Amino acid sequence: MSASSGPERHTSAAPAIELRGISKSFGPVQANKDISIRVMPGTIHGIIGENGAGKSTLMSILYGFYKADKGEIFIAGRKTEIPDSQAAIAAGIGMVFQHFKLVENFTVLENIVLGAEEGWLLRPSLAKARRSLLDLASEYGLNVDPDAVIEDLGVGMQQRVEILKALYRQADILILDEPTGVLTPSEADQLFRILDRLRAEGKTIVLITHKLREIMDITDTVSVMRRGEMTATVRTSETSPAELAELMVGRKVLLRVDKTPARPGATVLEIRGLHVSDEKGVERVKGIDLTVRAGEIVGIAGVAGNGQSELLELLGGMRGGKGAVLLNGAPLDLAGPHADGRGRRNRGIAHVPEDRQREGLIMDFHAWENVAFGYHHDPAYRSGVLMNNAALRADTDAKIEKFDIRPANGWQTARNFSGGNQQKIVVAREIERNPDLLLIGQPTRGVDIGAIEFIHKQIMALRDQGKAILLVSVELEEILSLSDRVAVMFDGHIMGERLPGETDEKELGLLMAGVSGQSDPLAAVN
Amino acid sequence: MDFLTVIQVLDSTVRLATPLLLACLAGLFSERAGIFDIGLEGKMLAAAFFSAAVAAVSGSVWLGLLAGIAASMVLSGLHGLASITFRGNQLISGVAINFLAAGLTVLIAQDWFSQGGRTPSLMGGARFAPITLPFADAVAKVPVIGPIYSELLSGHSVLVYIAFLAVPATWWILFRTRFGLRLRAVGENPAAVDTAGVSVVGLRFAAVAICGVLCGIAGAYLATALQAGFVKDMTAGRGFIALAALIFAKWRPWHALYACLLFGFLQAIALRYQNIDLGGIVIPVQAMDALPYILTVVILAGFVGKAIPPRAGGEPYVKER
Amino acid sequence: MEKMPRWADVVLIPLISLILAAAISAVVILAIGEDPVAAVRLMVDGALGSTYGWGYTLYYATNFMFTGLAVAVAFHARLFNIGGEGQAMLGGLGVALVALYVPWPHWSFALIFAVAGAALFGAVWAAVPAYLQARRGSHIVITTIMFNFIAAAVLNYVLVNLLRPAGSMDPASARFPEAVHLPTLHEMLAPFGIAFSKAAPANVSLLVALLACLLVWLLIWRTRLGYEIRAYGHSETGALYAGISPFKITMIAMIISGALAGMMAINNVMGEAERLVLNATEGAGFIGIAVALMGRSHPFGVFLAAILFGFLYQGGAELALWTSIPRELIVVIQALVILFTGALDNMVRMPLEALFLRLRKRRA
Repeated sequence: MSASSGPERHTSAAPAIELRGISKSFGPVQANKDISIRVMPGTIHGIIGENGAGKSTLMSILYGFYKADKGEIFIAGRKTEIPDSQAAIAAGIGMVFQHFKLVENFTVLENIVLGAEEGWLLRPSLAKARRSLLDLASEYGLNVDPDAVIEDLGVGMQQRVEILKALYRQADILILDEPTGVLTPSEADQLFRILDRLRAEGKTIVLITHKLREIMDITDTVSVMRRGEMTATVRTSETSPAELAELMVGRKVLLRVDKTPARPGATVLEIRGLHVSDEKGVERVKGIDLTVRAGEIVGIAGVAGNGQSELLELLGGMRGGKGAVLLNGAPLDLAGPHADGRGRRNRGIAHVPEDRQREGLIMDFHAWENVAFGYHHDPAYRSGVLMNNAALRADTDAKIEKFDIRPANGWQTARNFSGGNQQKIVVAREIERNPDLLLIGQPTRGVDIGAIEFIHKQIMALRDQGKAILLVSVELEEILSLSDRVAVMFDGHIMGERLPGETDEKELGLLMAGVSGQSDPLAAVN
Repeated sequence: MDFLTVIQVLDSTVRLATPLLLACLAGLFSERAGIFDIGLEGKMLAAAFFSAAVAAVSGSVWLGLLAGIAASMVLSGLHGLASITFRGNQLISGVAINFLAAGLTVLIAQDWFSQGGRTPSLMGGARFAPITLPFADAVAKVPVIGPIYSELLSGHSVLVYIAFLAVPATWWILFRTRFGLRLRAVGENPAAVDTAGVSVVGLRFAAVAICGVLCGIAGAYLATALQAGFVKDMTAGRGFIALAALIFAKWRPWHALYACLLFGFLQAIALRYQNIDLGGIVIPVQAMDALPYILTVVILAGFVGKAIPPRAGGEPYVKER
Repeated sequence: MEKMPRWADVVLIPLISLILAAAISAVVILAIGEDPVAAVRLMVDGALGSTYGWGYTLYYATNFMFTGLAVAVAFHARLFNIGGEGQAMLGGLGVALVALYVPWPHWSFALIFAVAGAALFGAVWAAVPAYLQARRGSHIVITTIMFNFIAAAVLNYVLVNLLRPAGSMDPASARFPEAVHLPTLHEMLAPFGIAFSKAAPANVSLLVALLACLLVWLLIWRTRLGYEIRAYGHSETGALYAGISPFKITMIAMIISGALAGMMAINNVMGEAERLVLNATEGAGFIGIAVALMGRSHPFGVFLAAILFGFLYQGGAELALWTSIPRELIVVIQALVILFTGALDNMVRMPLEALFLRLRKRRA
């Protein structure tokens, strides 16, 4: 995908979108501070920033999903009030949310027509939508079966329906929020081709992402957000990934973690022919083999949804499976009463789960209660039949001190800590158990940069103590900088293993798309 | 059982199924829009009292019907306020509404009529009279078809016919109109409706209001057509049987009709016979009373096909990205 | 940062909700042409003005402590047990079987086994909906409602066909033998020289209820099982992560809940009626919902709310006796309490949170 040289065409026209002085608070948190931005028509404008920088909030305001506390919006040079989505649609704005807003058991056609019906009878609306859909499909190359039910479609197709929904409403401005998060690299390329075509037709596109590569590939201009503020707006052709990264985090970023060479020891985890199914009975891990040795970090790369989560959950005791998993040579139960989180912990497996808010913490528990979470059967936290809360609180204070958790208040509920400090609570709890094997999923998702470095250092320190670590992350950069060995998962299979020093993002990207690296790079494996 | 008995039991089935059907369709609108409603019972009860009270005072059953619908809609509004506006727990709100109706109806009945929580008996124009369908008397003597037409189909109050016509009407609204599409969508994924520029709150209140109207008719039917006046707790769990029928029907209008007819039939049998002797095995009347509830439990447990409620049901809608 | 201080959440919100419910009740009393102030005076006098009044207030409160705790324990596991009524009915059956068919030497033995029988029957009646939810995905609210109706039918059948003494027309069991008579407060306090009304039904079950409050507090806040119940109630995926079995917790929480609801029967069946009658529960199972909501699912809160509802019940009975206000006024108050402390919680909470936020901003 090459950057297009589009922006010069429309410089004389009024900006398609202009925001002036937008501010928005959620309770005590200020998500957007005095943000101003101009997007010219017929361009692709990127908005980049870390998680929680306020990108999505800003675009949700533009789409009328939230109401700004202060500020003005101009669309095509005209001041426009956008109190709700209806107004946004009327102003020619369409939005593709990160989590699709589709009715799962409706057909494509019904989803497209919903809210944009003509008259109060359904049939004429559906007939008209069917005709328009065919026109749009041929015009933009967006083919989709109008009568397919959404839940039967893959994510790429569902995203296409979202784009069609916006186009059916005659959107001139299309906002996409993290559109590639759930796509394979090849699906993402396909999306970018569609965006290219939309731009060529004169549509204005706003692309929200935290991936530098996407910004460099497709955008004409880019705005950088940090902690609710807009730190810069530049032409993409006049900037570099390093500069953008620095603007994003506010200082120079170490893209690599300082690390000593690994000294792997005996095999700790050995997986042979493992199959795991999800709750719907769909097989998500399709017979994989993997080993992790003492003193090494094995990173699993892959697009979200290719079986990594299920693998981690099986190892953490959260779901069952078939096959053989050995820990220090002795088999792990994959079914039965001990195939649960408690059984795993007893075997010396610690687990930092992918989603700390839904899994790793009880958000309404105090920090000190969370420090026992999963380990609440530990005799050290017990006195007789009752729990020894005093011991727990003392332990919590020690961990707060050691991991620099702020505020240093064990009585605060988990909900009221920042993302980084929440993650520190989880990491402290798991690492301090001195496990033989640490499972760690998305360790730095939604975590500020300071905490990222701290958590990375803790992981490295644990490795250097000779522990085995299995890391799952959708951030390739994180995988490459932490791992001693990288395995790539695609569609439930391990596509290959690489040493981080002997591979690059491009090769891994191909593996993540299901394209085997060794032989013909175009031959898909499935 | 001779033919005439069968006709009589079926006639009774139709009468007893009517309030269930109205309440069941009421629940269908509400739950299809994502608002669970275990307050059907309370709304029916309030409507039964106010329809009977106003009909008794004014002498007009139609004014009574309007008053019943109004009372039911006030409670619907309360449920909407709690579960839509203030995003409260829909089940708890429903429980509260049931008690509110149970208490207030007796309290007001005592204050107005001083007859131990009843209304005076309704007579003449204060009650819905049976409607004789054309030629009902003429064909009554024709074998088989005659009794079916003149006894079973003819001779019900207008509300019975309204209830049965409400079934195709509901189906048509739900699956053939814009409103129906949006209503079903808001019960499945309110975020999709919201981002499509349609008001989630507006749709849900509309659904809850329709639910109020139908519950109002159901309650009015109980007090002014099925019986002649209001007595304390006269709904006697019909709201819950309607709820059971709704689950039984898997939230589909035509199936709601079948489920309500089945439950109405069970009630008609239980009313007519004390213990049923099935060739040596005696089924006690209590078993007949409990049967709708047992059937619902069995259905819910998925032993006879799985009942999957609307996916956003019971959850207040909170905007999120 | 917490949105508002804990005391506001625990004390202020229930208090405001209660005041709102009381104010609307006052309007209702006014509307039916009675004087709310006089009504309150009459209620206080009737419920708290004599040991007779106290005896009834505490008798009702005992019922509500059991059913309130039952709802509260289930709430902690995020399970809404509407089936307290049916579980209490079945508990009555358990008590009746223990009292009628075993020759007890002393009431104390009888009480212990009656508690066990009541708990067992209540627990079984709650365990079935729990199992259906945990294994078959049936919604526990609907199932427990259905089980209330089924329980009523079962009890009706048992009383009419099995337990009714020959020759009796009444759908009720025979009177329990004298040996299982539970000491009333009058009998218990007399040895200490304290005069307590002889006619009031409050009995030794009150002490069992208080003990239950204490044990539930220990269970929920001080044991691993309580920790697991609360964790599961907050997050099912979290529970799975921590190795807490959702199936196990659903079953155990509902069994404890059902057992507590069933145990109410030692008070109303064994302590008061001394035989099993139809509709012995008189809606106490449903009042448990109001009590648990009002008491914020905390055993001490449940204790206070149960006393309050005991007062309302006895006061309401007195009102019905001396004025034209029927007993159903209490049902209205109960509905309003459920409405304000449960369903309309946010109506009170949101303005308060905004208020505290503004106060803090001003201070900062």
